Formats: sequence, C-alpha cells, structure tokens
Amino acid sequence: MSIKLEQVKYTYSPKTPYEQVALKGVSLEIEKGEFVALIGHTGSGKSTLIQIMNGLLTPTEGVALVNRQNLAGKGAAVKSARSQVGMVFQYPEHQLFAETVYEDIAFGPRNKGFDEDVVEHLVRQAMEFVDLDYDTYAHRSPFQLSGGQMRRVAIAGVAALDPEYLILDEPSAGLDPVSRDNIFARLLELYKKRGLAVILVTHSMEEAVRYANRLVVINGGQIVLDGRPEDIFLHHRRELLASSMDEPQVYKILAGLRSRGLQLPGSIKDGASLLAALEKAKGLTPRKTQGQKGEQAHAQ
Amino acid sequence: MLSDITLGQFYPGNSLIHRLDPRTKIIWTLLFIITVFLAEGTFSYLFLIGLVFGIIGLSHLPVGMVLRSLKPLAFIIVLTLGIHVVTGIGSDVLYKWHFITITREGIELGIKMSLRLILLLVISSILTFTTSPIVLTDGLEALLRPFKRLGVPAHELAMMMTIALRFIPTLLDETDKIIKAQTARGADFNSGNLLQKAKNMLPVLIPLFISAFRRADELAIAMEARCYRGGEGRTRMHELVYGREDYGSFAALVILIFFMAWLRWRAYLPW
Repeated sequence: MSIKLEQVKYTYSPKTPYEQVALKGVSLEIEKGEFVALIGHTGSGKSTLIQIMNGLLTPTEGVALVNRQNLAGKGAAVKSARSQVGMVFQYPEHQLFAETVYEDIAFGPRNKGFDEDVVEHLVRQAMEFVDLDYDTYAHRSPFQLSGGQMRRVAIAGVAALDPEYLILDEPSAGLDPVSRDNIFARLLELYKKRGLAVILVTHSMEEAVRYANRLVVINGGQIVLDGRPEDIFLHHRRELLASSMDEPQVYKILAGLRSRGLQLPGSIKDGASLLAALEKAKGLTPRKTQGQKGEQAHAQ
Repeated sequence: MLSDITLGQFYPGNSLIHRLDPRTKIIWTLLFIITVFLAEGTFSYLFLIGLVFGIIGLSHLPVGMVLRSLKPLAFIIVLTLGIHVVTGIGSDVLYKWHFITITREGIELGIKMSLRLILLLVISSILTFTTSPIVLTDGLEALLRPFKRLGVPAHELAMMMTIALRFIPTLLDETDKIIKAQTARGADFNSGNLLQKAKNMLPVLIPLFISAFRRADELAIAMEARCYRGGEGRTRMHELVYGREDYGSFAALVILIFFMAWLRWRAYLPW
C-alpha cells in the first residue's frame, strides 16, 4: 500500500516558447503510515509533484501508482485510486462555495455517491476532526467564519472523503499561531488514529522537524535529500543549504552545542525537547514553566 | 511569472516587427486593411500576399502558426466564397439550376472577397502575435489621446483594458486551481446534459467570483494608496518614441498605398 512514482518527468507547455521542465525524473515511494514533509524553494517542482501524486497531472514520462494502480487514464479503477489521495491545496478556504458548512463538507462524499445518512456521518466525523462543533457551525455560511475556521472547514471537506493518503500544501500559510497549532494537532490526531500517510508541503523547517518522520528535499525538479529529518538537519547541512533551504533554529543551537563538545541525543524536535535533553545532560533541575503546555514533541 | 506572458497569442521575439512602436503597427494594420480593399486584379492580390509573407518572414513567426489563426474564421471564409459562387452575377453563366447560378464573375468575386478576408485576418494576427497586449494597450492609449477633447476617455479605457488583460492569466490560474481542488473532491464537470453541466460548474464559479471581487477590492485600495486619480498629469515609465525603423515603416506604407492606388486607377490617369 503506497504511492509510488517511477522516473517521473513533467514538462509544462511542451513544444512552445513557454516550455518549462518541472520534474526531471523523480522516483519516490511513500508508504501508508508515513508522515512526510516535502520541502523545496519556490519553483522547485513541489506543486507539480503533489499534483502528480493524485492524478491531477499525468506525467510526461514515467508512471505514478497508487496502491499499484496507474493513475493515468480513465475508468473506475483509476477514479477510485485517485480518490484515495486527498489533497488540501494552498489557501483551501478560497475554494469554499456552498451556502452552509454542512453542504460544503458534504460535496466530496456526495460526489462519491454515498447515501445521505452516510454523508451526514462523514460530515460529523470530519467536523469533529477539525474541532468544529457540529451544532454550532454546520448550518452557518462558511463565508461568515474567521480565516482559521474557514480553513478548517476546507480541510474537513477533504478529510470527509476518508482518504488513505492526505496531501497538504502549506496548510499553515497565513494563519495565526493558535489556528496553526490547532490544525496540526488535529492533523496528528487524524494521522495516528487512521494510520494514513500524510504528505506535508511546507516552507517551515520547524514544522518539518516537529511533525514529520521523513523529510524529502526537492530542488530543480529532482529529489536531493530523503531521510529522517533529524539526520538531514544534523548531517546534511551543506546539501540543505545548497538547495536554498534553511535548518530549524533548534538545530542551529544543537550544532553549536555539539561543536562545543556537548553531545545530545538525536531526537530533538523543538525548543521543549532541547530543553529537556539539556536538563538531562547537565543535571539541571526541571522547573515548572508557565505557558509551555503545547510545546511537546508530537510526532513519532 | 510564466502565466503573465502566456496571454492572448503573443509570440515573444526580437525581430524588426516585434521592435516596432505599437502605434506604428496599429496604424500600419489599419491602413493595410484599407489598402486591401483597393486591390484590383490578379497582380495586386499576388503582390499583397507576397507582402504579407514577407512581413511574416521579417517577424520570424512560424508560418504555420500564423495560418492556424485563420482556423476559427475558416467557416466564414468558406461561407463567403460559397455565397458569392452560387449567387453569381454577370453574364458569363457557367451553370444554372433553379436559384443557383454560377458565373465566372461570381467565382472571381468570391475568391477576391475570401482573399480580402484572409489578408485582413493574417495582418491583424501578425499585430497581436508580435505585440504584447500591454504594449498594444499603450499604443492604443497614445493614439486615442488626441480624441480626448471629443470626450473619448483614452486613459480610462486603456487602464481598464490593462487591468482586464492583467487579470486574465490570474483568473485563469485561479480557475485552474479551483477546478483541480474540486476535482480532487470528486467533482465531475463533463457528464450530464447542458443544465446539469452548468449546475456542476457552480462549485467553480462561486469561489471564482468571490476571489475576483476580493481582488478588485484589494486592487482599488492599492491604487488609491498610491494616489491614483486617473490620467491627468500622469507620466509614463516607458514613453513611446518613434525610431528610425518606425519612420521607415511609415514610408513603406505610404509607398504601398500609392502603389495600390496606382494599380487600381492607372487606366483613368491622363498619362
């Protein structure tokens, strides 16, 4: 059970003056149960790659398989394979259209042809996942909600499809810290509970190291790094910087400490886990700090 | 960005024709179209066809691409030809059956009319192929400016066109994104009858309208914030200046008009 890309190449507007090669032969396999962060600077081919993963784009060369089913072409098998890959685009709230939150979330399940009672169940479940109270919000207009709430409605609209693979393109862009943490907390819960694969496209190294258990760096239409985020940030700094990516702040501190001879375990994910490791290594007394409740390492 | 230039049918390049001032090209195109209607006799037409191919050659455009721009209007061209042929006027009747009369004059007139249409279409395509829409609008504004006294809002018209042109690729991008997002949620835009299809487009159209209004609002605020008050006293970043090539083109145009006029009316000339 995986999404598998074999030597995928993609060219936009081939044979015109605007021809542009976006992917130059990418091979990648993502298993169910993985939480993958996909990073790369603007124009590196990320967006093309994720659109190929759910069949919105068909590779110019190479194949894209979901659960061994080729995504190219038409037919029921292709359609059902594509529907296994949920896709949350950038600024998904811009795609809301229905009169009520319920109707918008129900759009996907209804397109799949479920009965109305199944649809209602899925909508309730999806709303619960994004932490929107059904009775309060289901019959409101999505356009009256706040930005963060609108985004959660849009994410619920994809989650309601009950996909095995979930791709999110910068789900935290333009959100305030509370909404952002909220969305990620919900996402992690969904990920753990359903054992699906999450592919997170992000520009934030902090998010990548904090949530993902695999990191894929793409540059110039090719995969340049693929591995555990901790390994990449510790041991592949040069390649990372060469593809115009940065490292998380925590790893800058960690590298500084290492160069001064303080070896800390390699499972540091954020400020809180660094502090905990420091306390342990240096024998400092843990002190109850205020306002740090949410700062725990979530993933793994 | 890529999408900013894939607009209309502009074919980027740096040929002589691409470099000409847009005003030159607009005036050239207009007067060329009038000249086409002066054409009389086989030689005139052959000369004009040769000239058009010469211009295509100078502009380094692929000939096939230019000729393909005739495709949308092929029907009208064929229809023009057909009507002239079957409703022939003149005395040299070749064939007659009920209301269908085919005459030599009719066939000639049909060919002439379709050739005129083709020439007219090709020359205007060359204009849009070699001039980016923004530059074209600049040229139009400059040409319309003298008519401002007559109440033609040249600057406002040009600004509206520029904004509209500017937002076509943006809205296309947006449409593409929304269609993809709704497709990913299982939307189907291709099945059902016409009414069903129109209804299926709602999940695309509603977000598109909302975003168009939002963008319009943001643009208006941004323009106001930069003290936009219309064209009065506004200077330009790129002033249009005629160069040597433009004067050359105008000279060629004048010669062409006189030549075509001479070809047409030389029989009436006293010498």
